[in-house]
Amino acid sequence: MKFSFIRLGAVLHKELREYRRSPFIVLTMAVLPLVFLIEPLITIFRIGPSVAASTADRAVSGTFLVLLIAPALLPAVIAAYSVVGEREQGTLEPLLTTPLRREELLLGKAIGVVVPAVGLAYVVFAVVQVCARLFASNTYVVSALGQGSHILAEILFAPLLAGWSIWVGIGISARASDVRVAQQLGTLSSIPPLAVVALVSFDVFTPSVTLAVVFALILLVADVILFRVVSALFDRERLITGASAQRAPSAGGQVPPAGTVRRIPRIGGSDDG
Amino acid sequence: MEADTTTAARGEPPSGKPPALVVDHLTKRFGDRTAFEDVSFSVAQGEVFGFLGPNGAGKTTTVRTLGTLIAPTSGSASVAGIPLTMDNGPEIRQHIAIMPENPGLYRRLTVTENLQLFAGLYEQRNATVRIGEALEAVNLTARARDLCGSLSKGLRQRVGLARALLNDPAVMFLDEPTSGLDPVATREVNDLIVGLRQRGVTVFLTTHRLEEAERLCDRVAFLNTTLRLVGRPDELRERLFSRSLTVETLTPLAAPDDVFNSAVGVESWRPEGASSYVLSVTDPRNVAPQVTRALVAAGADVVSISESRHSLEDVYLQLINDDPEASPR
Ligand SMILES: Nc1ncnc2c1ncn2[C@@H]1O[C@H](COP(=O)(O)OP(=O)(O)OP(=O)(O)O)[C@@H](O)[C@H]1O
Ligand SMILES: [Mg+2]
Repeated sequence: MKFSFIRLGAVLHKELREYRRSPFIVLTMAVLPLVFLIEPLITIFRIGPSVAASTADRAVSGTFLVLLIAPALLPAVIAAYSVVGEREQGTLEPLLTTPLRREELLLGKAIGVVVPAVGLAYVVFAVVQVCARLFASNTYVVSALGQGSHILAEILFAPLLAGWSIWVGIGISARASDVRVAQQLGTLSSIPPLAVVALVSFDVFTPSVTLAVVFALILLVADVILFRVVSALFDRERLITGASAQRAPSAGGQVPPAGTVRRIPRIGGSDDG
Repeated sequence: MEADTTTAARGEPPSGKPPALVVDHLTKRFGDRTAFEDVSFSVAQGEVFGFLGPNGAGKTTTVRTLGTLIAPTSGSASVAGIPLTMDNGPEIRQHIAIMPENPGLYRRLTVTENLQLFAGLYEQRNATVRIGEALEAVNLTARARDLCGSLSKGLRQRVGLARALLNDPAVMFLDEPTSGLDPVATREVNDLIVGLRQRGVTVFLTTHRLEEAERLCDRVAFLNTTLRLVGRPDELRERLFSRSLTVETLTPLAAPDDVFNSAVGVESWRPEGASSYVLSVTDPRNVAPQVTRALVAAGADVVSISESRHSLEDVYLQLINDDPEASPR
């Protein structure tokens, strides 16, 4: 049976519906971006008109880092909940009794997280740009914010970082035994790619369009590999029973040795008495 | 192991159609715990097959294995005519429906929204119509817009059943569909199973309600890690209990031996209470008039003569009592 976009769509639709009704997720979605909006705005407004170009530039780079934390962190928390949450609710077993493939389930869940997280990140980014243009007193800040490499980096990195966090989060989720552990590990998982972004922001690497594209490509490849790994980690049997099918049964214990199977009395149908 | 592989010994169904389920020496172990072992039976298309056994007998694990949720440790099976392999999983799941012990609904979604997800997963084109029919079948149309979190256990169970109806399954696995339901709700679920049977759906029903199994099932199987018995409920009764008549008289008989030995077909008898006797007989319908005549000839005041009925529960208890391995786990 082939990959089905109808099934993927059904999962996605359900995910978005559930998010809308989940106070925890709505609150996280609302509060986290706000927090990440305030910090950049304060930075931008505090840079006076007389501040030198290099200082302004550095501040703006720091701002970009902050703007990318939201799309990296938010999905990690939500994705980590995805599989364990279903398992705890008891909704995973019915899902797995349908023809749904694991790739469809995982992609449906991932897209369900990416779309709101990246959407919010773009909105926050746009608000920062508009506010800078309207109110920033330092002209270098405005031009640094409007730099092609910065805009490209934000547009590319937001979904790719989100992708990273989601796959790691779902991967942990598919193996973790309870929600809280999954979420804590998930949050930690967003740190490695952010560290690289931080290096760029703090001029350890000079930001440029080329660097942004190269780093984006690396992230893209990492996302695809992670998706494969997570799909492989998704073990139906383990999810249902908490044990893997792979584990070989050991002899002894309750298992009687071969050949000791009890005689089973059976009665057949009417045609053979 | 039994060398006998005739259809009777393998618990095969009476019908000539290709079977809906064939299970052949299937075993499932979790580490060194055996959930079920060397289970073989088959179920005909359109049959309602009861799967009985004490807690921990392996019923749910059998359902999960046949439903491709978990892999068997050894043995083979075919479900809806498709060999049970992990590669065939999606194909098998397209043709079956499983209602798990716990219906597992999304509590934040409405009844309809829950069903919409599953209609999508079965790639149903006219989902709205199907969902309407499924809700109608379980009598839930009025609650379609309620959040599942707000439903009672019985209503949730019915949503689970509606969900199982969505893909028009060839084989439906129902794992204790009436556990925790009140008598009216139970009767409704039972009627639904009768309806499924009329539509030709094969039903694999696990239950602890033996009167339900007796009423609904064409055949039942007793599992207690291994399969103990398979057959029609009346055949099982006959097999485990000799046929008997219960005779009750107003006053104790003076010479019961003389009376009962004069009636042809009475194999043995034993007193049960002061003026009540249980007679072991070859054929209750033919022997009852003889016994009556003998009693009247002896001047006894007959209160009643009736064929002793054994319920499936008696069969079950008899099996479990006889079973040294039947300790609860
Ligand atoms: N995931 C698991 N890991 C280890 N053992 C398990 C697992 N699932 C079931 N078992 C064991 O397998 C046996 C059969 O369990 P199962 O749930 O199939 O019984 P059941 O017949 O459905 O019982 P009940 O009537 O209580 O529902 C039990 O001994 C159980 O402890
Ligand atoms: Mg069970």
